Amino acid sequence: MAEELLRLTGIHKSFAGVRALRGVDLTIEQGRIHCLVGENGCGKSTLIKIIAGVYKRDAGEIILNGKRYDDLTPIDAIREGIQVIYQDFSLFPNLTVAENIALNEELAEGRRLVSWRHVHRVARDALAQLGENIPLDARVEEMSVANKQLIAIAKALRQNARLIIMDEPTSALTGREVRALFGVIRKLQEQQGIAFLFVSHKLNEVLEISETMIVMRNGKIVSSGERAEYDSARLIFEMTGRRIAEKSYDFTPDDGQPPLLQVEGLNAAGLLHEISFELRAGEILGVTGLLGSGRTELALALYGMLPMDSGRIVIDGQEVTIRSVQDAIRHGIGYVPEDRLTEGLFLEQSISRNLVVRIIDRLRNGWQMIQPERVSQQVAHWVDALSIKTPDPELPVKTLSGGNQQRVVLAKWLASKPRLMILNGPTVGVDVGSKEELHEMMKQLAREGMGLLVISDDIPELLQTCNRILLMRQGRISEEIRPKETNENELSAKLVEE
Amino acid sequence: MEPNVTTETSSPKSSRRSNRFSLHNDTLRLLIIAVLLFVGFSIVLPGKFLSVRNLQSMAVQFPEFGILTFAIMITMLTGGIDLSIVGAANLSAIVAAMILTRLGMPSGVTIPLAILAALLVGTLCGLFNGFLVSRIGITPILATLGTGAIYTGLSFVLTGGPAITTTQLAFIGNGTILGAPIPVLVFIVLALAFVVILNRMSFGFNVYMLGTNPTAALFSGINSDSVLMRTYWLAGLVAGIAGIIFLGRANSAKPDFGSSFILLTVLIAILGGVSYTGGFGTVAGVVLAVLSIQFLSTGLNMLMLQLFGSSAAIFFRQFAWGALLLLVMVINYYTEKRRNRAIVEE
Repeated sequence: MAEELLRLTGIHKSFAGVRALRGVDLTIEQGRIHCLVGENGCGKSTLIKIIAGVYKRDAGEIILNGKRYDDLTPIDAIREGIQVIYQDFSLFPNLTVAENIALNEELAEGRRLVSWRHVHRVARDALAQLGENIPLDARVEEMSVANKQLIAIAKALRQNARLIIMDEPTSALTGREVRALFGVIRKLQEQQGIAFLFVSHKLNEVLEISETMIVMRNGKIVSSGERAEYDSARLIFEMTGRRIAEKSYDFTPDDGQPPLLQVEGLNAAGLLHEISFELRAGEILGVTGLLGSGRTELALALYGMLPMDSGRIVIDGQEVTIRSVQDAIRHGIGYVPEDRLTEGLFLEQSISRNLVVRIIDRLRNGWQMIQPERVSQQVAHWVDALSIKTPDPELPVKTLSGGNQQRVVLAKWLASKPRLMILNGPTVGVDVGSKEELHEMMKQLAREGMGLLVISDDIPELLQTCNRILLMRQGRISEEIRPKETNENELSAKLVEE
Repeated sequence: MEPNVTTETSSPKSSRRSNRFSLHNDTLRLLIIAVLLFVGFSIVLPGKFLSVRNLQSMAVQFPEFGILTFAIMITMLTGGIDLSIVGAANLSAIVAAMILTRLGMPSGVTIPLAILAALLVGTLCGLFNGFLVSRIGITPILATLGTGAIYTGLSFVLTGGPAITTTQLAFIGNGTILGAPIPVLVFIVLALAFVVILNRMSFGFNVYMLGTNPTAALFSGINSDSVLMRTYWLAGLVAGIAGIIFLGRANSAKPDFGSSFILLTVLIAILGGVSYTGGFGTVAGVVLAVLSIQFLSTGLNMLMLQLFGSSAAIFFRQFAWGALLLLVMVINYYTEKRRNRAIVEE
C-alpha cells in the first residue's frame, strides 16, 4: 500500500448552524488518483477548503505528511505540497503565460528585480513537464479554457505540488480536451508521483480516471474504495442514497396514426440544411451534436424563432406555417430552453407567477378577470405534482435549487398541455437524483401520449430516455441511431468525429 | 395579567414570514412615511397645514401630477419609460381648448367634443410611442424623448406660442361631486382602474413578466409587441386625461405647462417602489408616494414662507426633488442588497 499523504479524522464544520461536514474520515495516498463525487451541496467544496486551509475545522484531526496540524493555514498547506485548482483557475488574465506560471516563485524568492530570462526558463520547464506547448508571451485571457487549466497545473507544479486538487475541471472542456487533460494527469502521476483529488459529478469521467473512489452525501463520506468495486449504478446509489435503476424507454409506434410532427427538407438561415425527420406521439426523439452542429437552431426553427427558408412542417397530417412563437404555441409546441436562467425563468418573480405565465388567460372568469383562487389552485397542483421543494410558492424562483428551477420551467409548459415538447439540455446543472426524476417525468409524459424532442450532449441521458437519436453535424442530420444498437463509448466517439 | 407564552414563541416565526412578503413591507413603510409627514407638518405648522383650506388646496393640486404618475408607472413596469407624457398632455389640452374656443358651436356640443378630442390625441400620441418602441425597437427613453419634443413642438405650431384661454372646463377643475373635488375623483377612479388592470387582467400580469425578463417573456410566448403597444397607448390615454385636468384647473392651455412634472413623476414612481429596471411596483405604493410628495411640497412651501417671508421654496423644491430621487435610489439599493442576502441565508 502506498504511503499516506493526508489523513483527516472526524472533521466537522458548520456554517451558521448548518452542518456542512459531519465527521469526515479521509485518507489520500501518495501518487494515486482519487475521485471525490457527490451531489451539489453534499460538502465537497467545504472539504476541499478545509484541506487547503481556507476554512478552519470545528472538530477533528488533520495529519499532513505525518505532521499534525492544529491550525492549518493556506501557507502551511502550500508548503506541504497541496495545490487546489478551482473552477476559475485563479490566474491573472492580463499577464502572460510565463508570468502567471513563474510569478509566485519570483515573489517567494524575494527578488527585487524580475529576471525575465529566469521567468521564461521556469515557465518553459513547467510546461515541458506536462508535455504541452503553449506560447509563453501570450496573455492568459486569450487562452482557451483547456490551456488555462494547463497553465494552472504548471503553476501548481512549480510550487512542488504533491497533491493537486481539481474542482470540476472538465465542466467547460470538450471531449477531446478532457482526454488530453487525463493524459497529462496520468503522466504527472507516473513520472513524478503526484497524487490527485479529482472532484466531479460527471460519472463517466470519474470512472475513467479514478483509482480510488470517494463518495460524499450529506456532509459525510458514505463510501470509498478501489475503482474496480464501482460502476455508475453503484455510484448513483451511494450519491443519492436511492436505488435508481433507469431503464431505457421502449416505444412501439402505432402505424395507424399519422406522425405528430413531420419535418421535410427544412433549410434555415444557412444554419440548417435539408432536415427531415418525423416524431410520433409517445416518442422521445433525441437530437445530439457538438456545439454549433445546428441542434439548438433546429429547436428554434420549430419554435418559430429562426425563420425557415424552405421546407415543410406537418403536424397531425396538416401542413402548418410557424413564423412566431405564438404560431408554435398555437400548434401545441412547447419549448424548455437551453439557458434556464435567462430564457426559461423570471428569476425575481415568484414561483407561482412563473408557474402560471403560460396559462394566465385560462384562469380568468367571464369578465376577463384573473381569479386568484384558480391561480393558487394551479400553483398548488404543480408544486405538488412535480414535487417542487419550497417553503412558500410566493418566494422568488431564484431561491430554488437548479433541479427545482428546471421543474418550474417544465411545469409552466405542462400546465398549458402541449402535445409536443422540445427540451433543450433538460438536466444541465441538475443533481443526479433530480436528474433521474426528471427523466422519469419525461418518460411518463411520453407514455401519456406527448411527443418529446430532447436536445442534449449528455450521452447517458440520451441513451436512457430516447427511443431514437438523431446525430447532427454541420447543420445536417448525419445519422439516426437506435440506443439499443449502440453504447456510450460508441456514441461519444461518433459525436466528436469530424 | 397573565404572561402570554404563545405570543412570545410565535413572534420570531411571524417576523420571518413577513420578511417574505416584502411587498407589503414596502407599502407599510410608505404609509408610515406619508403619515409621519402629515403629522409632522401639522405639528410644525399649527393651524396652517391641518386646515380645511389647505386640505382643499392640496386635494386639487396633487391629481395634476398624480394622474401622470400612473402613465410613468406602467411604462416603467415594462422596463421602459415615457418621457413624452407632459408633451402629450399639453397637446391634448391645446386641441381641446381650440375646439372650445374656435369651433363656434354651443358649449353643449363642444365640451363633450373637446373631451373626446383630448382623449383621442392622447391615444394617438401613445400609439405612436408604442409603435416606435415595439415595432421599430427604439429604446423607450430615446423614443419618448424625441416624441415628447415633437408633441411640444406641435403645440407651439398650433397655438403660435401664447396660451389659449377658456373657462368652459373650469367645472372640472374646480367642481365637486358630493363635496369631493372632481380632479381627486378622477385620480381615485384611475388608481382603482390601474389596480384592476395590473392585478386582475392578463395584460397587467404580462406587463410585470415582460418587465422582469424580456427574453423569458419571448420564450414563454408573451406577445411583447402587443403588450408594449397597449402599455404606451394606456400611458398616452392617461396623459390625455391629465390634459383635460390641466385645462380645467388653469383655465388655459399652453405648450410648456408643467415642464417639471417629468422629473417629479419619475421621482414619485421610484419613491413608490416601482423598479426602474421593470417588473415590480404597486398602485398602492405610487398613491402613497404621490400623497407624501404633496405633503412635503406644501409643507416646505409654508415653512419657507413662515421662516423667510418669501416663497423661495419654489426654487429650493426643484433641488429637493432631485436630491430626494437620488437618496431614495441609494436607500433602495441597500435594502435590495440586504434582502438578497436574507434570501440566500434562508
